[in-house]
Amino acid sequence: MSLRRHHDMGGLAAGPVEAAEHDYAPWEKRVDAIVRLLSHPSRRHLCVDELRRGIEELGPGVYDELSYYERWISSATNILLEKGVITVDELGRKMAAIEIRWRNDRNAPP
Amino acid sequence: MSGHDHHDHDHHEHGLHDHGDGKGAVHPHPRQPDTEDSPFNDRMVMAEAVGELMIEKGIFSADDLRAMLELIESKSPADGAKMVARAWVDPGFRKRMLDDVLAAATELGIDAGSIPIRAVENTNRVHNVIVCTLCSCYPRLLIGLPPDWYKSRAYRSRAVREPRKVLAEFGTAVPDDIEVRVHDSTADLRYMVIPRRPAGTDGWDEQRLASLVSRDSMIGVAFAKPPAR
Repeated sequence: MSLRRHHDMGGLAAGPVEAAEHDYAPWEKRVDAIVRLLSHPSRRHLCVDELRRGIEELGPGVYDELSYYERWISSATNILLEKGVITVDELGRKMAAIEIRWRNDRNAPP
Repeated sequence: MSGHDHHDHDHHEHGLHDHGDGKGAVHPHPRQPDTEDSPFNDRMVMAEAVGELMIEKGIFSADDLRAMLELIESKSPADGAKMVARAWVDPGFRKRMLDDVLAAATELGIDAGSIPIRAVENTNRVHNVIVCTLCSCYPRLLIGLPPDWYKSRAYRSRAVREPRKVLAEFGTAVPDDIEVRVHDSTADLRYMVIPRRPAGTDGWDEQRLASLVSRDSMIGVAFAKPPAR
């Protein structure tokens, strides 16, 4: 009788390994860079265990629906909100502004 | 706060959803049908926004971000391959690498970070494979960012249960008399494989040897490449 969480998949049955890979998009590298900067010993706004906890807390539905770096940015953002480093309001306003900026410039997005 | 797997809430500006507990978790929407054609999605916008907010708040600078992106770009399997090639030609280095990968990397001017990495060596009796069943831990400072399949459900689930079958899917047939050992990485200890030196490479210099050491051979799903005939 095991109580596995959704991320704990070692040893379970699954389909064939598809040798898929892609070159990481600029926004994905940006997420990686943000996480590394935040977890740097000089900052410590986020540690790798917190990042992983945040990913696991996305829940099985969202976890499977999101791509890898989508999970990372979701988790990192939630942790920054939890800690009060940023607020929901700030983030919402910033995202809205970026969306407008990007929509007005078809060449701008990542 | 447990997992939030219900996403049937109403349409919401900017795709943000505050769970109403004051500081709570924000969940962008799954992609909306009317934005499917958009060249970007909520998470890309979020990544841009968080980066800009961190810079505005002085948590890190735009230069810090640029420098980190350059560092990430600079990491590739070439560093790991260089170490493997040195280990093949220099028994003293090989021993030091098996003792302490980070220190051995420093000898070659490679910064492998501070999280311990253990080198596991393939021999005529043992073939090693690495996986991270829980997430995606990987010796990225020595061999770059992990390929998608390393992070896939199929690889993470099956590598520890039926490694020979998984290896066969990569076209790698490990003879029955060689033990297959699977190493499950964690956030605190990562692994890299030292593949076996291919036959027919006597007298080769390190640089030439390093060209045979693929990323996949350092994950353990492949052998080092045989010399081209």
